[in-house]
Amino acid sequence: MPVQERRLILANIDRDGYTPDIDCYLRNGGYADLKKALTLDGPAIVAEVKTSQLRGRGGAGFSCGMKWGFIDPKKNTKPVYLICNADESEPGTFKDRQIIYKDPHQLLEGMIIACYANNVHLAYIYIRGEFVLGAQILEKAIAEAKTEGFLGKAINGTGYDLEIYVHRGAGAYICGEETGLIESLEGKRAYPRIKPPYFPAVLGLYMCPTIVNNVETLCNIKHIVRMGGAEFAKIGKPNNTGTRLLCVSGDVEKPGYFEFEVGALTMGELINDVCGGIKGGRKLKAIIPGGSSAKVLRAGERYKIKSKKPDGTMEEKEIGLLDITLDFDTLAAAGSMAGSGGIIVMDETRDMVECLANINTFYAHESCGQCTPCREGSLWMKKVTDRLVAGEGLPGDPKLLKTVADNIAGRTICAFGEACAWPVQSFVAKFPEEFAKHAEGKVATAARKGTVAQEPSKAMEAA
Amino acid sequence: MSNPRAVDPATQLVEPEHAFPVSEAHGALVTFPTGFEAKCDELITHYPVSKRSASLPLLHLWQETFGHISPQGIEWIAAKLDLQPINILELVTFYPMFRQHPIGRIQIKVCRTLSCALAGSYKLCDHFRERCGTATSDAHGIASSPEGKYAVEFVECIASCGTAPVIMINDDFHEAVTLQRADELLGKYD
Amino acid sequence: MKNPFNHDHPPADTPLVNVQIDGVWTQMPKGLNAVEAARRVGKFIPHYCYHPKLAIVGNCRMCLIETGGPKMDASRAPVLDASGKPEINWVPRPAIGCATNLTEGMAIRTDSPLVQECRRGVMEFLLINHPLDCPICDQAGECKLQEYSVQYGNDHSRFVEEKVKKPKRVDIGERIVLDDERCIMCSRCIRFAKDTVHDDVLGFTERGSHTTLAVHPGQRFDNNYSLNTVDICPVGALTSKDFRFQMRVWFLKETKGICTNCATGCNTIIGSRESTLYRMTPRENEAVNSEWMCDQGRLGFHYIHDPKRLTQPIARHGPETTPLAWSEIIPQVAERLRQFVPEQIGIVASGRLTNEEAFLVAEIRRVLGGDSVLTDYVPRFGRADGILRSADLNPNTHGVTLMGLSNGGASLADLRRSIDAGQIRALVVLHEDLTAEAGWDGATLQKLDLLVTLGLLQNPTTDRADFILPGASFAEKRGSMINGAGRLQRLNRAIPSPGQAWDDWQILLRLKEALGGGNGLHTIEEVFKAMAAQVPAFAGLTLSRIGDLGIELEAAMPKETATE
Ligand SMILES: Cc1cc2nc3c(=O)[nH]c(=O)nc-3n(C[C@H](O)[C@H](O)[C@H](O)COP(=O)(O)O)c2cc1C
Ligand code: SF4
Ligand code: SF4
Ligand code: SF4
Ligand code: FES
Ligand code: FES
Repeated sequence: MPVQERRLILANIDRDGYTPDIDCYLRNGGYADLKKALTLDGPAIVAEVKTSQLRGRGGAGFSCGMKWGFIDPKKNTKPVYLICNADESEPGTFKDRQIIYKDPHQLLEGMIIACYANNVHLAYIYIRGEFVLGAQILEKAIAEAKTEGFLGKAINGTGYDLEIYVHRGAGAYICGEETGLIESLEGKRAYPRIKPPYFPAVLGLYMCPTIVNNVETLCNIKHIVRMGGAEFAKIGKPNNTGTRLLCVSGDVEKPGYFEFEVGALTMGELINDVCGGIKGGRKLKAIIPGGSSAKVLRAGERYKIKSKKPDGTMEEKEIGLLDITLDFDTLAAAGSMAGSGGIIVMDETRDMVECLANINTFYAHESCGQCTPCREGSLWMKKVTDRLVAGEGLPGDPKLLKTVADNIAGRTICAFGEACAWPVQSFVAKFPEEFAKHAEGKVATAARKGTVAQEPSKAMEAA
Repeated sequence: MSNPRAVDPATQLVEPEHAFPVSEAHGALVTFPTGFEAKCDELITHYPVSKRSASLPLLHLWQETFGHISPQGIEWIAAKLDLQPINILELVTFYPMFRQHPIGRIQIKVCRTLSCALAGSYKLCDHFRERCGTATSDAHGIASSPEGKYAVEFVECIASCGTAPVIMINDDFHEAVTLQRADELLGKYD
Repeated sequence: MKNPFNHDHPPADTPLVNVQIDGVWTQMPKGLNAVEAARRVGKFIPHYCYHPKLAIVGNCRMCLIETGGPKMDASRAPVLDASGKPEINWVPRPAIGCATNLTEGMAIRTDSPLVQECRRGVMEFLLINHPLDCPICDQAGECKLQEYSVQYGNDHSRFVEEKVKKPKRVDIGERIVLDDERCIMCSRCIRFAKDTVHDDVLGFTERGSHTTLAVHPGQRFDNNYSLNTVDICPVGALTSKDFRFQMRVWFLKETKGICTNCATGCNTIIGSRESTLYRMTPRENEAVNSEWMCDQGRLGFHYIHDPKRLTQPIARHGPETTPLAWSEIIPQVAERLRQFVPEQIGIVASGRLTNEEAFLVAEIRRVLGGDSVLTDYVPRFGRADGILRSADLNPNTHGVTLMGLSNGGASLADLRRSIDAGQIRALVVLHEDLTAEAGWDGATLQKLDLLVTLGLLQNPTTDRADFILPGASFAEKRGSMINGAGRLQRLNRAIPSPGQAWDDWQILLRLKEALGGGNGLHTIEEVFKAMAAQVPAFAGLTLSRIGDLGIELEAAMPKETATE
């Protein structure tokens, strides 16, 4: 019996007859949770969110309640801002888009509650520029919510005021990084800030305390208020509570987005039962489990996973790739991460060097260029993998790739450094034979068109 | 502090005027459609703390209205927001969606990133380039057809990976685009 | 000079914290960054983007270090080692020193294997796209990339790809050329221009490895402080047109000087070789100019090598000019001056004189007749800019005033009238051109029976002079000046005077002796001592006690010419 989806966030999305307007939302019980929240006081809501153990859905999986807790309403004299991170740009991720396009009021309701809880009076939704229609949908939703009195002055008859504006990005991945996002929202190049001292909770937007949360995270707030934190925490597993939107793409029969209780299913169940198995009946080769920044997992690998048994004692199990349960802690224990929930599947026919070259091109293009290791290293790694793809590899290339990546990770201003280094480190480590073959110049893909990386002519052109 | 440029006139070091002249050299100057400035002013009200935050919105509006961001656009927006032109040029060259030159009327963006590449986006992009007769790419990686009708460009992941390969034509997403579907779409936008 | 940041000088009342630097416990001001903390104990953390006077952006990653804090036991008390000092819990991830602010119990390692590895990595990254320009680069010899690559880099390159191409020889301003391929994108120049001198014209265009420093098209980077960016650019990306290709820096002799182009008196380093001055750069003095100087001041030295420079003492008899030795000309000048009664003599002093020179001029005036000798100086005003430049373009107005040689310029008109009226018939002019700079017309000078000039350049005044005494420029002599804020500072000799030109104080001393006022002074130190004995403001001071950074004069300074 395949594991059933648990549709909390997606409850209405893709349901026949469900439309993104406020009438439909209200007909389906919308804004009742906001009304409930407005009867509570802010700190009480923050406490519920802490109890819920909700972890951020943007990529880092940081405790939402703890993040909110950094802003001490008693000590703080500056205004507090909240920004919804709707930049959704981690390759392989397409979940926030569903919410924005199909159920925008769910996001607004969660966001208004989050603002109320943290005494925020001005908030922004930073949406990636390509979501042109998405931005219009959100703007319409905001206008509707205003008309209905859920936004603006004296929300729902209380003394609470809140303005939310939609702010469009313009095609830069780094705007997803929260401090890059803040700089971008301030009208500057999206150069991530150094932390310390610029932690958003202390010196965020306009140097004021600022909460940045992902779209999915904010939607969860609404459900936490409805259920109560303790009840919410019963969904999923301890420290991995709630549901998770999973985005599956690549070589599976039925790619798509799904919602499951965190940790309720294994990678194997997801790929085989939910997504109909590997395309064309081929075999699985590798999976990137949390957006392209996550370290790749190779079919056939074994992982030692420690877990707590119900009686509280620890046990260690050795499992394979398809046995990994999809939650934050297990994926971390397997050496990768749950990240943004973007799962990219590659079958046995895929050339891992080409796949990495494709990823490296992404990071070389998207590095903001501010700090030395990432700016220079990301392009260097791209050039090396382009050469490997073109059949012009050199024997030292795999080691070179690894050491360049090692010199980036942990030494940059923002986590983009890890994001571009981890794929390289993991691909090279896990598919040494493929890299060795390319490094010997044995795999010249010159004649091939329509590959996943640049054709050699273009690769050279771009170098 | 006073402006450091206002130095003693008696000295040898001549200081040119600071303000950047909007001159004919920048090509034909655009005239604003009615409501353009009012729309700008409205956008600025979204940022009560800092006008500078309105930079991206004004750039979007300019590009939507005039097709690309001209030097006039950069200077006008800078002046509007009490900024220096370099502050705006820094943005125009940082954010890939902004362009400084006119491009084809029908703008095709093909996603290049892994999930779409696995689904054949390289072939798809080549197909579009062939069909549209676009020349080699400009500095922004955009290839326009000679008569200025099409512009084809590879872009990075546009968050629809589950329905790869994905493209955008102007502001519309099109998912799971086969070569055949590509031809249909070209016909539709013609 | 108000800097937006002073990371190297936290307020004096900052509390101290205990910190461990490379194993040694010491006390440092709380919040001081690790680069500065290390510097204070003689350790150097290499850095590119960090500058003590600029905002901290942490982009170069050269200053990565290891940090740690006290290890805590279960009861949250620090665990102590055998010597009773706290044991350290080291953070596995390196942190940038420039943004690591000291807290109680913090420990840093500035040279551990991990730190060395980080630096090697950053150096490799910085070099892969850097052009191989060193042999033709002006920065060679003072380039931090070159320097650190020897100290912290690898000995060979692993980069076989093509380098990123960027614009070279970009003319970004009146005085500066940019080479974008050499730029390491540290953004120092951008931050300086924007935050320190409020001229926001520099920025980065493009992205990633293609990031390019640029001035907005049609604009120029030529504010009056632009050349400071050449100093703070760690590489040879920004070069001074004035200095470009003139001289390899390692040939330059460095002398501590002060700028004499306005009353601020910015402290400088004079770069010279043999008898030529090649450049002036600012020398740090927090009480005056911090680490900066204005372009006008910096470039305002070329006149000392002008072809019009006077290099020979000359006496004129009608149309005849006769070059003379100093031993001949000085008695002749004295002899001629003695022929006039005090009321017939005038002196035009200069705000460009050193204190010692002004003192000797005052002595000469005393010998010639004291207050009866009508004397004033030539004021020179521009506009203060609120940054460094003073409205007073004379470097030593306070000095000449203190020596009683100034009436604020008010007596210049009287002087001129008296000459026109034939009352004053002999005039001594020091370092001034009365026609161009004081606006006199030649006819007035023609009326004089005797005109003695001491100065540097040939001009309409010297053309008329009966005696032309060639003096020394600010770079050729020793002495002191008082800046607009009342700070006493020293000049030093960087280069010899050309030809027969001679130190002004020597000339004036000899003239004074020849006039019968000898009192056994032989060295500039003795002149200063004599001056200090007479002028209360200098009581207890000697030339050497002034030091390289000058000293604030206690005595009340006349304030009407103060800066700003
Ligand atoms: C390079 C990079 C890109 C990121 N992109 C996104 C993004 O597109 N969307 C997002 O929600 N978070 C993104 N993040 C994570 C954010 O920095 C931030 O952690 C998140 O928005 C916090 O929200 P959460 O706590 O609700 O997850 C990115 C982080 C990095 C380092
Ligand atoms: S790590 Fe990369 S993206 Fe992040 S600040 Fe540095 S250069 Fe920019
Ligand atoms: S020009 Fe020099 S100072 Fe400016 S960013 Fe480049 S390296 Fe730094
Ligand atoms: S401010 Fe005055 S003293 Fe300083 S460099 Fe400029 S001219 Fe010279
Ligand atoms: S990879 Fe093409 S949309 Fe994500
Ligand atoms: S000096 Fe610290 S990061 Fe550049």
